[in-house]
Amino acid sequence: MIATPAVAATHEPAWIRRLVIAVAAGFVGLFVLVPLAAVFGEAFRNGVAAFGHAVSDPAALSAVRLTFLAAAIAVPLNIVFGVAAAWAIARFHFPGRSLLLTLIDLPLAVSPVIAGMVFVLLFGKQGLIGPWLSAHGIKVIFALPGIVLATTFVTFPFVARELIPLMEAQGAEEEEAAIVLGASGWQTFLRVTLPKIKWGLLYGVVLCTARAMGEFGAVSVVSGHIRGRTNTLPLHVEILYNEYEYQAAFAVASLLVVLALASLVARRVIARRVEAS
Amino acid sequence: MRRSALPGFGLTMGYTLLYLSVIVLIPLATLVVKTADLSLGDLWELATSRRALASYRVTFGSSLVAALVNCVFGTLVAWALVRYRFPGRNILDAIIDIPFALPTAVSGLALTAVLAPTGWIGRFLEPLGIKAVFTPLGIALALVFIGLPFVVRTVQPVLEELEPEVEEVAAVLGATRWQTLVRVIIPAVTPALLTGFALAFARAIGEYGSVVFISGNKQLETEITPLLIMTRLEQFDYAGATALALVMLVVSFAMLLAINGLGAWARRRAGHA
Repeated sequence: MIATPAVAATHEPAWIRRLVIAVAAGFVGLFVLVPLAAVFGEAFRNGVAAFGHAVSDPAALSAVRLTFLAAAIAVPLNIVFGVAAAWAIARFHFPGRSLLLTLIDLPLAVSPVIAGMVFVLLFGKQGLIGPWLSAHGIKVIFALPGIVLATTFVTFPFVARELIPLMEAQGAEEEEAAIVLGASGWQTFLRVTLPKIKWGLLYGVVLCTARAMGEFGAVSVVSGHIRGRTNTLPLHVEILYNEYEYQAAFAVASLLVVLALASLVARRVIARRVEAS
Repeated sequence: MRRSALPGFGLTMGYTLLYLSVIVLIPLATLVVKTADLSLGDLWELATSRRALASYRVTFGSSLVAALVNCVFGTLVAWALVRYRFPGRNILDAIIDIPFALPTAVSGLALTAVLAPTGWIGRFLEPLGIKAVFTPLGIALALVFIGLPFVVRTVQPVLEELEPEVEEVAAVLGATRWQTLVRVIIPAVTPALLTGFALAFARAIGEYGSVVFISGNKQLETEITPLLIMTRLEQFDYAGATALALVMLVVSFAMLLAINGLGAWARRRAGHA
Protein backbone atom coordinates (compact mmCIF):
# COMPACT_ATOMS: atom_id res chain seq x y z
CA MET A 1 0.00 0.00 0.00
CA ILE A 2 1.30 3.46 -0.87
CA ALA A 3 1.54 5.53 2.25
CA THR A 4 0.03 8.75 0.97
CA PRO A 5 -0.73 11.16 3.80
CA ALA A 6 -4.49 10.58 3.44
CA VAL A 7 -4.13 6.80 3.78
CA ALA A 8 -1.75 7.15 6.70
CA ALA A 9 -4.23 9.38 8.46
CA THR A 10 -7.32 7.20 8.01
CA HIS A 11 -5.70 3.78 8.28
CA GLU A 12 -3.34 2.24 10.78
CA PRO A 13 0.13 1.07 9.74
CA ALA A 14 0.26 -2.61 8.76
CA TRP A 15 2.17 -3.66 11.87
CA ILE A 16 -0.48 -2.19 14.14
CA ARG A 17 -3.20 -3.90 12.13
CA ARG A 18 -1.44 -7.26 12.45
CA LEU A 19 -0.87 -6.71 16.15
CA VAL A 20 -4.53 -5.87 16.81
CA ILE A 21 -5.72 -8.91 14.83
CA ALA A 22 -3.24 -11.17 16.63
CA VAL A 23 -4.24 -9.91 20.08
CA ALA A 24 -7.97 -10.19 19.28
CA ALA A 25 -7.65 -13.70 17.86
CA GLY A 26 -5.30 -14.78 20.67
CA PHE A 27 -7.62 -13.47 23.37
CA VAL A 28 -10.70 -15.16 21.93
CA GLY A 29 -8.81 -18.36 21.16
CA LEU A 30 -7.36 -18.61 24.65
CA PHE A 31 -10.57 -17.71 26.45
CA VAL A 32 -13.15 -19.49 24.30
CA LEU A 33 -11.67 -22.08 21.94
CA VAL A 34 -9.18 -23.73 24.29
CA PRO A 35 -11.77 -24.41 27.04
CA LEU A 36 -14.21 -25.70 24.43
CA ALA A 37 -11.63 -28.09 23.00
CA ALA A 38 -10.75 -29.20 26.52
CA VAL A 39 -14.34 -30.41 27.07
CA PHE A 40 -14.01 -32.81 24.15
CA GLY A 41 -10.47 -33.77 25.16
CA GLU A 42 -11.64 -34.76 28.63
CA ALA A 43 -14.82 -36.42 27.34
CA PHE A 44 -12.82 -38.84 25.18
CA ARG A 45 -9.87 -39.18 27.56
CA ASN A 46 -10.72 -42.82 28.34
CA GLY A 47 -11.74 -43.69 24.81
CA VAL A 48 -14.95 -43.82 22.84
CA ALA A 49 -16.38 -46.74 24.83
CA ALA A 50 -16.17 -44.82 28.14
CA PHE A 51 -17.81 -41.85 26.42
CA GLY A 52 -20.62 -44.06 25.14
CA HIS A 53 -21.06 -45.59 28.56
CA ALA A 54 -21.38 -42.16 30.22
CA VAL A 55 -23.95 -40.79 27.80
CA SER A 56 -26.08 -43.94 27.69
CA ASP A 57 -26.21 -44.33 31.46
CA PRO A 58 -29.88 -44.51 32.63
CA ALA A 59 -29.45 -41.44 34.83
CA ALA A 60 -28.03 -39.51 31.85
CA LEU A 61 -30.88 -40.61 29.60
CA SER A 62 -33.50 -39.59 32.13
CA ALA A 63 -31.73 -36.21 32.42
CA VAL A 64 -31.97 -35.84 28.62
CA ARG A 65 -35.70 -36.64 28.77
CA LEU A 66 -36.37 -34.16 31.57
CA THR A 67 -34.35 -31.42 29.82
CA PHE A 68 -36.36 -31.84 26.61
CA LEU A 69 -39.66 -32.09 28.49
CA ALA A 70 -39.06 -28.89 30.48
CA ALA A 71 -38.07 -27.03 27.29
CA ALA A 72 -41.07 -28.47 25.42
CA ILE A 73 -43.40 -26.90 27.98
CA ALA A 74 -41.57 -23.63 28.72
CA VAL A 75 -40.77 -22.62 25.13
CA PRO A 76 -44.35 -22.79 23.70
CA LEU A 77 -45.60 -20.80 26.71
CA ASN A 78 -43.07 -18.08 25.97
CA ILE A 79 -43.84 -18.16 22.23
CA VAL A 80 -47.53 -17.41 22.86
CA PHE A 81 -46.56 -14.66 25.28
CA GLY A 82 -43.94 -13.22 22.92
CA VAL A 83 -46.37 -12.98 20.01
CA ALA A 84 -49.13 -11.47 22.16
CA ALA A 85 -46.75 -8.95 23.74
CA ALA A 86 -45.30 -7.97 20.35
CA TRP A 87 -48.78 -7.41 18.90
CA ALA A 88 -49.81 -5.23 21.85
CA ILE A 89 -46.55 -3.28 22.12
CA ALA A 90 -45.47 -2.91 18.48
CA ARG A 91 -48.91 -2.21 17.00
CA PHE A 92 -50.43 0.13 19.60
CA HIS A 93 -49.36 3.18 21.59
CA PHE A 94 -50.38 3.35 25.22
CA PRO A 95 -49.13 4.97 28.43
CA GLY A 96 -46.58 2.95 30.39
CA ARG A 97 -45.15 1.35 27.28
CA SER A 98 -41.50 1.77 28.22
CA LEU A 99 -42.20 0.56 31.77
CA LEU A 100 -43.74 -2.59 30.31
CA LEU A 101 -40.65 -3.11 28.11
CA THR A 102 -38.41 -2.80 31.17
CA LEU A 103 -40.54 -5.29 33.13
CA ILE A 104 -40.28 -7.81 30.27
CA ASP A 105 -36.47 -7.51 30.49
CA LEU A 106 -36.49 -8.10 34.26
CA PRO A 107 -35.73 -11.85 34.17
CA LEU A 108 -32.50 -11.10 32.29
CA ALA A 109 -31.34 -8.78 35.06
CA VAL A 110 -32.11 -11.13 37.94
CA SER A 111 -29.53 -13.67 39.12
CA PRO A 112 -30.55 -17.24 38.15
CA VAL A 113 -30.26 -18.23 41.81
CA ILE A 114 -32.85 -15.59 42.75
CA ALA A 115 -35.04 -16.72 39.82
CA GLY A 116 -35.19 -20.19 41.34
CA MET A 117 -35.42 -18.94 44.90
CA VAL A 118 -38.62 -16.92 44.41
CA PHE A 119 -40.46 -20.11 43.47
CA VAL A 120 -39.16 -21.82 46.61
CA LEU A 121 -40.44 -18.86 48.66
CA LEU A 122 -43.80 -19.19 46.93
CA PHE A 123 -44.32 -22.95 46.66
CA GLY A 124 -41.78 -24.45 49.11
CA LYS A 125 -42.63 -26.12 52.43
CA GLN A 126 -42.27 -22.81 54.30
CA GLY A 127 -43.52 -20.86 51.30
CA LEU A 128 -46.54 -18.59 51.00
CA ILE A 129 -48.84 -21.18 49.44
CA GLY A 130 -46.61 -24.24 49.96
CA PRO A 131 -48.54 -25.57 53.00
CA TRP A 132 -51.84 -25.35 51.09
CA LEU A 133 -50.34 -27.17 48.11
CA SER A 134 -48.87 -29.99 50.17
CA ALA A 135 -52.21 -30.38 52.00
CA HIS A 136 -53.75 -31.04 48.58
CA GLY A 137 -50.94 -33.37 47.51
CA ILE A 138 -49.52 -31.02 44.88
CA LYS A 139 -45.75 -30.99 44.60
CA VAL A 140 -44.13 -28.03 42.81
CA ILE A 141 -40.68 -27.67 44.34
CA PHE A 142 -38.30 -30.62 43.86
CA ALA A 143 -40.62 -31.75 41.03
CA LEU A 144 -41.34 -31.08 37.34
CA PRO A 145 -43.65 -28.03 37.82
CA GLY A 146 -40.91 -26.17 39.72
CA ILE A 147 -38.33 -26.95 37.03
CA VAL A 148 -40.73 -25.79 34.30
CA LEU A 149 -41.57 -22.57 36.19
CA ALA A 150 -37.90 -21.70 36.78
CA THR A 151 -37.09 -22.45 33.13
CA THR A 152 -40.03 -20.35 31.91
CA PHE A 153 -38.89 -17.45 34.13
CA VAL A 154 -35.31 -17.33 32.83
CA THR A 155 -36.34 -17.70 29.16
CA PHE A 156 -39.33 -15.34 29.48
CA PRO A 157 -38.07 -12.34 27.42
CA PHE A 158 -36.34 -14.07 24.48
CA VAL A 159 -39.18 -14.36 21.94
CA ALA A 160 -40.77 -11.02 22.86
CA ARG A 161 -37.44 -9.17 22.59
CA GLU A 162 -36.89 -10.50 19.07
CA LEU A 163 -40.41 -9.76 17.81
CA ILE A 164 -41.07 -6.28 19.27
CA PRO A 165 -38.29 -4.40 17.41
CA LEU A 166 -38.90 -6.45 14.26
CA MET A 167 -42.64 -5.69 14.14
CA GLU A 168 -42.00 -2.04 14.97
CA ALA A 169 -39.58 -1.77 12.05
CA GLN A 170 -41.98 -3.49 9.66
CA GLY A 171 -44.87 -1.13 10.45
CA ALA A 172 -48.60 -1.86 10.43
CA GLU A 173 -49.63 -0.72 6.92
CA GLU A 174 -50.12 -4.22 5.51
CA GLU A 175 -52.18 -5.36 8.48
CA GLU A 176 -54.30 -2.21 8.26
CA ALA A 177 -54.90 -2.84 4.56
CA ALA A 178 -56.03 -6.39 5.31
CA ILE A 179 -58.48 -5.18 7.96
CA VAL A 180 -59.85 -2.48 5.66
CA LEU A 181 -60.34 -5.12 2.95
CA GLY A 182 -62.49 -7.07 5.38
CA ALA A 183 -60.17 -9.68 6.89
CA SER A 184 -60.78 -10.67 10.51
CA GLY A 185 -58.15 -10.14 13.16
CA TRP A 186 -57.12 -13.81 13.15
CA GLN A 187 -56.98 -13.96 9.35
CA THR A 188 -54.80 -10.85 9.35
CA PHE A 189 -52.45 -12.33 11.92
CA LEU A 190 -52.16 -15.74 10.24
CA ARG A 191 -51.97 -14.58 6.61
CA VAL A 192 -50.21 -11.21 6.86
CA THR A 193 -48.29 -10.86 10.12
CA LEU A 194 -47.07 -14.42 10.67
CA PRO A 195 -45.41 -14.79 7.24
CA LYS A 196 -43.64 -11.46 7.82
CA ILE A 197 -42.29 -12.33 11.26
CA LYS A 198 -41.69 -16.07 10.88
CA TRP A 199 -37.87 -15.88 10.67
CA GLY A 200 -37.64 -13.44 13.56
CA LEU A 201 -39.95 -15.68 15.55
CA LEU A 202 -37.81 -18.72 14.76
CA TYR A 203 -34.69 -16.81 15.86
CA GLY A 204 -36.32 -16.05 19.20
CA VAL A 205 -37.42 -19.68 19.56
CA VAL A 206 -33.85 -20.92 18.99
CA LEU A 207 -32.49 -18.51 21.63
CA CYS A 208 -35.25 -19.49 24.03
CA THR A 209 -34.80 -23.24 23.52
CA ALA A 210 -31.01 -23.12 23.86
CA ARG A 211 -31.25 -21.23 27.13
CA ALA A 212 -34.07 -23.47 28.40
CA MET A 213 -31.99 -26.60 27.86
CA GLY A 214 -28.83 -25.11 29.34
CA GLU A 215 -30.23 -23.35 32.42
CA PHE A 216 -28.36 -24.33 35.55
CA GLY A 217 -28.63 -21.93 38.51
CA ALA A 218 -32.40 -21.41 38.61
CA VAL A 219 -33.21 -25.07 38.00
CA SER A 220 -30.60 -26.13 40.54
CA VAL A 221 -32.45 -24.26 43.31
CA VAL A 222 -35.86 -25.83 42.63
CA SER A 223 -34.86 -29.33 41.50
CA GLY A 224 -33.61 -31.00 44.66
CA HIS A 225 -31.18 -33.03 42.51
CA ILE A 226 -33.09 -36.31 42.70
CA ARG A 227 -31.15 -38.63 40.43
CA GLY A 228 -33.22 -40.08 37.62
CA ARG A 229 -36.23 -37.94 38.65
CA THR A 230 -35.53 -34.20 38.84
CA ASN A 231 -32.13 -34.05 37.18
CA THR A 232 -31.68 -32.04 34.00
CA LEU A 233 -28.56 -32.38 31.82
CA PRO A 234 -26.64 -29.42 33.32
CA LEU A 235 -27.47 -30.67 36.85
CA HIS A 236 -26.35 -34.16 35.91
CA VAL A 237 -22.99 -32.71 34.81
CA GLU A 238 -22.56 -31.10 38.23
CA ILE A 239 -23.48 -34.28 40.13
CA LEU A 240 -21.01 -36.39 38.15
CA TYR A 241 -18.30 -33.77 38.70
CA ASN A 242 -18.92 -33.62 42.44
CA GLU A 243 -18.72 -37.43 42.57
CA TYR A 244 -15.27 -37.24 40.91
CA GLU A 245 -16.55 -38.97 37.77
CA TYR A 246 -14.73 -36.38 35.67
CA GLN A 247 -14.67 -38.19 32.35
CA ALA A 248 -18.43 -38.88 32.55
CA ALA A 249 -19.10 -35.26 33.56
CA PHE A 250 -17.23 -33.98 30.51
CA ALA A 251 -18.90 -36.55 28.25
CA VAL A 252 -22.36 -35.28 29.23
CA ALA A 253 -21.08 -31.67 29.05
CA SER A 254 -19.90 -32.30 25.48
CA LEU A 255 -23.51 -33.13 24.51
CA LEU A 256 -24.50 -29.69 25.78
CA VAL A 257 -21.64 -28.11 23.81
CA VAL A 258 -22.89 -29.77 20.62
CA LEU A 259 -26.40 -28.48 21.37
CA ALA A 260 -25.04 -24.95 21.95
CA LEU A 261 -22.98 -25.00 18.74
CA ALA A 262 -26.02 -26.23 16.78
CA SER A 263 -28.06 -23.34 18.17
CA LEU A 264 -25.33 -20.90 17.09
CA VAL A 265 -25.29 -22.25 13.53
CA ALA A 266 -29.10 -22.10 13.41
CA ARG A 267 -29.01 -18.50 14.66
CA ARG A 268 -26.56 -17.43 11.95
CA VAL A 269 -28.59 -19.09 9.18
CA ILE A 270 -31.85 -17.59 10.45
CA ALA A 271 -30.31 -14.14 11.03
CA ARG A 272 -29.54 -13.97 7.30
CA ARG A 273 -33.20 -14.75 6.51
CA VAL A 274 -34.36 -12.07 8.95
CA GLU A 275 -32.16 -9.51 7.21
CA ALA A 276 -33.44 -10.60 3.82
CA SER A 277 -37.09 -10.37 4.82
CA MET B 1 -54.45 6.33 22.72
CA ARG B 2 -54.71 3.77 19.96
CA ARG B 3 -52.72 4.58 16.89
CA SER B 4 -54.11 2.01 14.51
CA ALA B 5 -57.36 0.48 13.38
CA LEU B 6 -56.11 -3.01 14.18
CA PRO B 7 -58.09 -5.28 16.50
CA GLY B 8 -56.85 -7.40 19.37
CA PHE B 9 -55.36 -4.78 21.70
CA GLY B 10 -57.50 -5.82 24.67
CA LEU B 11 -56.85 -9.52 24.22
CA THR B 12 -53.10 -9.34 23.64
CA MET B 13 -52.46 -6.67 26.28
CA GLY B 14 -54.61 -8.54 28.80
CA TYR B 15 -52.75 -11.77 28.18
CA THR B 16 -49.35 -10.02 28.29
CA LEU B 17 -50.08 -8.46 31.68
CA LEU B 18 -51.57 -11.68 33.09
CA TYR B 19 -48.66 -13.86 31.99
CA LEU B 20 -46.08 -11.26 33.09
CA SER B 21 -47.70 -11.16 36.51
CA VAL B 22 -47.93 -14.94 36.97
CA ILE B 23 -44.44 -15.82 35.77
CA VAL B 24 -42.38 -12.79 36.80
CA LEU B 25 -44.04 -10.13 38.95
CA ILE B 26 -45.86 -12.22 41.57
CA PRO B 27 -42.87 -14.53 42.18
CA LEU B 28 -40.54 -11.52 42.52
CA ALA B 29 -43.05 -9.78 44.78
CA THR B 30 -42.92 -12.83 47.07
CA LEU B 31 -39.35 -11.89 47.84
CA VAL B 32 -40.43 -8.44 48.98
CA VAL B 33 -43.36 -9.89 50.97
CA LYS B 34 -41.00 -12.32 52.70
CA THR B 35 -38.66 -9.46 53.56
CA ALA B 36 -41.54 -7.74 55.33
CA ASP B 37 -41.50 -10.59 57.89
CA LEU B 38 -38.14 -9.33 59.07
CA SER B 39 -37.55 -6.27 61.21
CA LEU B 40 -35.31 -3.61 59.72
CA GLY B 41 -32.64 -4.43 62.29
CA ASP B 42 -32.69 -8.16 61.46
CA LEU B 43 -32.56 -7.38 57.77
CA TRP B 44 -29.55 -5.10 58.22
CA GLU B 45 -27.78 -7.68 60.37
CA LEU B 46 -28.36 -10.51 57.88
CA ALA B 47 -27.36 -8.39 54.90
CA THR B 48 -24.18 -7.08 56.52
CA SER B 49 -22.85 -10.17 58.32
CA ARG B 50 -19.11 -10.74 57.96
CA ARG B 51 -19.70 -13.57 55.50
CA ALA B 52 -22.17 -11.49 53.47
CA LEU B 53 -19.80 -8.51 53.26
CA ALA B 54 -16.96 -10.78 52.17
CA SER B 55 -19.21 -12.27 49.46
CA TYR B 56 -20.11 -8.79 48.15
CA ARG B 57 -16.41 -7.94 47.96
CA VAL B 58 -15.66 -11.07 45.94
CA THR B 59 -18.73 -10.72 43.71
CA PHE B 60 -18.55 -7.01 42.93
CA GLY B 61 -14.74 -6.87 42.87
CA SER B 62 -14.26 -9.68 40.39
CA SER B 63 -17.25 -8.51 38.31
CA LEU B 64 -15.72 -5.04 38.06
CA VAL B 65 -12.29 -6.36 37.07
CA ALA B 66 -13.82 -8.71 34.48
CA ALA B 67 -16.00 -5.99 32.95
CA LEU B 68 -13.00 -3.63 32.67
CA VAL B 69 -10.87 -6.33 31.02
CA ASN B 70 -13.71 -6.94 28.57
CA CYS B 71 -13.96 -3.22 27.78
CA VAL B 72 -10.33 -3.23 26.64
CA PHE B 73 -10.21 -6.55 24.81
CA GLY B 74 -13.84 -6.51 23.68
CA THR B 75 -13.35 -3.14 21.97
CA LEU B 76 -10.14 -4.41 20.37
CA VAL B 77 -11.94 -7.50 19.06
CA ALA B 78 -14.85 -5.39 17.77
CA TRP B 79 -12.39 -3.03 16.05
CA ALA B 80 -10.56 -5.93 14.36
CA LEU B 81 -13.85 -7.46 13.21
CA VAL B 82 -15.25 -4.22 11.76
CA ARG B 83 -12.18 -2.50 10.36
CA TYR B 84 -9.86 -5.27 9.15
CA ARG B 85 -10.24 -8.02 6.61
CA PHE B 86 -8.28 -11.16 7.46
CA PRO B 87 -8.65 -14.90 6.96
CA GLY B 88 -10.89 -16.43 9.62
CA ARG B 89 -12.71 -13.17 10.36
CA ASN B 90 -16.14 -14.78 9.99
CA ILE B 91 -15.14 -17.62 12.29
CA LEU B 92 -13.83 -15.19 14.90
CA ASP B 93 -17.12 -13.31 14.64
CA ALA B 94 -19.09 -16.53 15.19
CA ILE B 95 -16.96 -17.62 18.15
CA ILE B 96 -17.81 -14.43 20.07
CA ASP B 97 -21.33 -15.77 20.72
CA ILE B 98 -20.16 -19.07 22.21
CA PRO B 99 -19.96 -17.87 25.85
CA PHE B 100 -23.53 -16.66 25.51
CA ALA B 101 -24.77 -19.91 23.95
CA LEU B 102 -22.93 -22.31 26.24
CA PRO B 103 -24.76 -23.53 29.37
CA THR B 104 -23.06 -21.87 32.32
CA ALA B 105 -22.30 -25.17 34.06
CA VAL B 106 -20.39 -26.31 30.97
CA SER B 107 -18.44 -23.03 30.85
CA GLY B 108 -17.48 -23.45 34.48
CA LEU B 109 -16.40 -27.03 34.00
CA ALA B 110 -14.39 -26.21 30.86
CA LEU B 111 -12.57 -23.25 32.43
CA THR B 112 -11.75 -25.27 35.55
CA ALA B 113 -10.33 -28.03 33.37
CA VAL B 114 -7.99 -25.75 31.40
CA LEU B 115 -6.91 -23.59 34.36
CA ALA B 116 -6.22 -26.45 36.80
CA PRO B 117 -2.48 -26.92 37.54
CA THR B 118 -2.47 -29.89 35.14
CA GLY B 119 -4.74 -28.22 32.58
CA TRP B 120 -3.82 -26.94 29.11
CA ILE B 121 -3.33 -23.34 30.32
CA GLY B 122 -2.85 -23.93 34.05
CA ARG B 123 0.36 -25.91 33.51
CA PHE B 124 2.00 -22.77 32.10
CA LEU B 125 0.75 -20.62 34.97
CA GLU B 126 1.90 -23.05 37.69
CA PRO B 127 5.69 -22.43 37.21
CA LEU B 128 5.00 -18.68 37.35
CA GLY B 129 3.39 -19.14 40.75
CA ILE B 130 -0.04 -18.12 39.44
CA LYS B 131 -2.96 -20.07 40.85
CA ALA B 132 -6.24 -19.58 39.01
CA VAL B 133 -8.40 -22.40 40.33
CA PHE B 134 -10.01 -21.80 43.75
CA THR B 135 -8.86 -18.16 43.79
CA PRO B 136 -10.49 -14.77 43.06
CA LEU B 137 -8.40 -14.70 39.85
CA GLY B 138 -10.27 -17.79 38.60
CA ILE B 139 -13.61 -16.15 39.38
CA ALA B 140 -12.58 -13.03 37.43
CA LEU B 141 -11.42 -15.16 34.47
CA ALA B 142 -14.76 -17.01 34.39
CA LEU B 143 -16.57 -13.67 34.41
CA VAL B 144 -14.38 -12.36 31.56
CA PHE B 145 -15.49 -15.40 29.54
CA ILE B 146 -19.16 -14.77 30.34
CA GLY B 147 -19.04 -11.02 29.68
CA LEU B 148 -17.08 -10.93 26.40
CA PRO B 149 -20.06 -11.09 23.98
CA PHE B 150 -21.87 -8.25 25.76
CA VAL B 151 -19.10 -5.70 25.10
CA VAL B 152 -18.26 -6.87 21.57
CA ARG B 153 -21.89 -7.01 20.45
CA THR B 154 -22.70 -3.51 21.78
CA VAL B 155 -19.58 -1.79 20.41
CA GLN B 156 -19.49 -3.60 17.03
CA PRO B 157 -22.65 -2.06 15.46
CA VAL B 158 -21.62 1.45 16.53
CA LEU B 159 -18.20 1.05 14.89
CA GLU B 160 -19.93 -0.26 11.76
CA GLU B 161 -22.12 2.82 11.52
CA LEU B 162 -19.29 5.27 12.11
CA GLU B 163 -19.04 7.26 8.86
CA PRO B 164 -15.57 7.05 7.28
CA GLU B 165 -16.10 10.62 6.02
CA VAL B 166 -15.82 11.93 9.58
CA GLU B 167 -12.37 10.38 9.92
CA GLU B 168 -11.39 11.68 6.49
CA VAL B 169 -12.42 15.19 7.48
CA ALA B 170 -10.34 14.88 10.64
CA ALA B 171 -7.38 13.76 8.53
CA VAL B 172 -7.85 16.53 5.97
CA LEU B 173 -7.98 19.06 8.79
CA GLY B 174 -4.54 17.84 9.81
CA ALA B 175 -5.25 15.35 12.61
CA THR B 176 -2.87 12.44 13.01
CA ARG B 177 -4.36 8.94 13.19
CA TRP B 178 -3.83 8.95 16.94
CA GLN B 179 -5.64 12.28 17.34
CA THR B 180 -8.53 11.01 15.22
CA LEU B 181 -8.75 7.91 17.40
CA VAL B 182 -8.74 9.82 20.68
CA ARG B 183 -10.84 12.83 19.63
CA VAL B 184 -13.28 11.34 17.10
CA ILE B 185 -13.60 7.56 17.34
CA ILE B 186 -13.39 6.99 21.09
CA PRO B 187 -15.98 9.68 21.95
CA ALA B 188 -18.33 8.17 19.35
CA VAL B 189 -18.18 4.67 20.86
CA THR B 190 -18.18 5.77 24.51
CA PRO B 191 -21.97 5.41 25.11
CA ALA B 192 -21.92 1.92 23.57
CA LEU B 193 -18.85 0.98 25.55
CA LEU B 194 -20.48 2.10 28.80
CA THR B 195 -23.62 0.11 27.91
CA GLY B 196 -21.50 -2.95 27.17
CA PHE B 197 -19.66 -2.48 30.46
CA ALA B 198 -22.95 -2.23 32.37
CA LEU B 199 -24.39 -5.31 30.62
CA ALA B 200 -21.26 -7.38 31.32
CA PHE B 201 -21.12 -6.19 34.94
CA ALA B 202 -24.84 -6.83 35.53
CA ARG B 203 -24.53 -10.34 34.11
CA ALA B 204 -21.39 -11.02 36.16
CA ILE B 205 -22.79 -10.11 39.58
CA GLY B 206 -25.66 -12.59 39.23
CA GLU B 207 -23.57 -15.30 37.59
CA TYR B 208 -23.60 -18.67 39.32
CA GLY B 209 -22.95 -21.70 37.10
CA SER B 210 -19.67 -20.72 35.51
CA VAL B 211 -18.20 -19.53 38.82
CA VAL B 212 -19.03 -22.28 41.33
CA PHE B 213 -16.79 -24.89 39.75
CA ILE B 214 -13.69 -22.70 39.58
CA SER B 215 -14.10 -20.73 42.81
CA GLY B 216 -13.71 -23.57 45.28
CA ASN B 217 -16.30 -21.77 47.43
CA LYS B 218 -14.10 -21.00 50.43
CA GLN B 219 -15.97 -18.90 53.01
CA LEU B 220 -14.81 -15.27 53.19
CA GLU B 221 -12.36 -15.83 50.31
CA THR B 222 -13.99 -17.11 47.14
CA GLU B 223 -17.65 -17.35 48.09
CA ILE B 224 -19.80 -15.29 45.71
CA THR B 225 -23.15 -13.88 46.88
CA PRO B 226 -25.36 -16.10 44.65
CA LEU B 227 -23.62 -19.15 46.14
CA LEU B 228 -24.12 -17.85 49.68
CA ILE B 229 -27.84 -17.47 48.88
CA MET B 230 -27.86 -21.06 47.64
CA THR B 231 -26.15 -22.26 50.84
CA ARG B 232 -28.66 -20.39 53.02
CA LEU B 233 -31.55 -21.96 51.06
CA GLU B 234 -30.10 -25.44 51.48
CA GLN B 235 -29.94 -24.81 55.24
CA PHE B 236 -33.60 -23.67 55.09
CA ASP B 237 -32.40 -20.27 56.36
CA TYR B 238 -34.96 -18.42 54.25
CA ALA B 239 -34.55 -15.14 56.17
CA GLY B 240 -30.82 -15.09 55.48
CA ALA B 241 -31.31 -15.95 51.81
CA THR B 242 -34.04 -13.31 51.43
CA ALA B 243 -31.92 -10.52 52.89
CA LEU B 244 -29.05 -11.28 50.50
CA ALA B 245 -31.38 -11.67 47.54
CA LEU B 246 -32.93 -8.28 48.28
CA VAL B 247 -29.49 -6.63 48.16
CA MET B 248 -28.76 -8.34 44.82
CA LEU B 249 -32.18 -7.43 43.45
CA VAL B 250 -31.76 -3.74 44.30
CA VAL B 251 -28.37 -3.66 42.57
CA SER B 252 -29.83 -5.49 39.53
CA PHE B 253 -32.68 -2.95 39.27
CA ALA B 254 -30.20 -0.10 39.45
CA MET B 255 -28.11 -1.71 36.70
CA LEU B 256 -31.19 -2.23 34.51
CA LEU B 257 -32.18 1.42 34.89
CA ALA B 258 -28.60 2.50 34.16
CA ILE B 259 -28.51 0.33 31.02
CA ASN B 260 -31.80 1.72 29.74
CA GLY B 261 -30.63 5.27 30.52
CA LEU B 262 -27.34 4.70 28.69
CA GLY B 263 -29.22 3.28 25.72
CA ALA B 264 -31.42 6.38 25.52
CA TRP B 265 -28.32 8.60 25.76
CA ALA B 266 -26.60 6.66 22.99
CA ARG B 267 -29.68 6.98 20.72
CA ARG B 268 -29.84 10.73 21.34
CA ARG B 269 -26.14 11.04 20.54
CA ALA B 270 -26.60 9.03 17.36
CA GLY B 271 -29.55 11.26 16.44
CA HIS B 272 -27.42 14.39 16.71
CA ALA B 273 -24.48 12.96 14.77
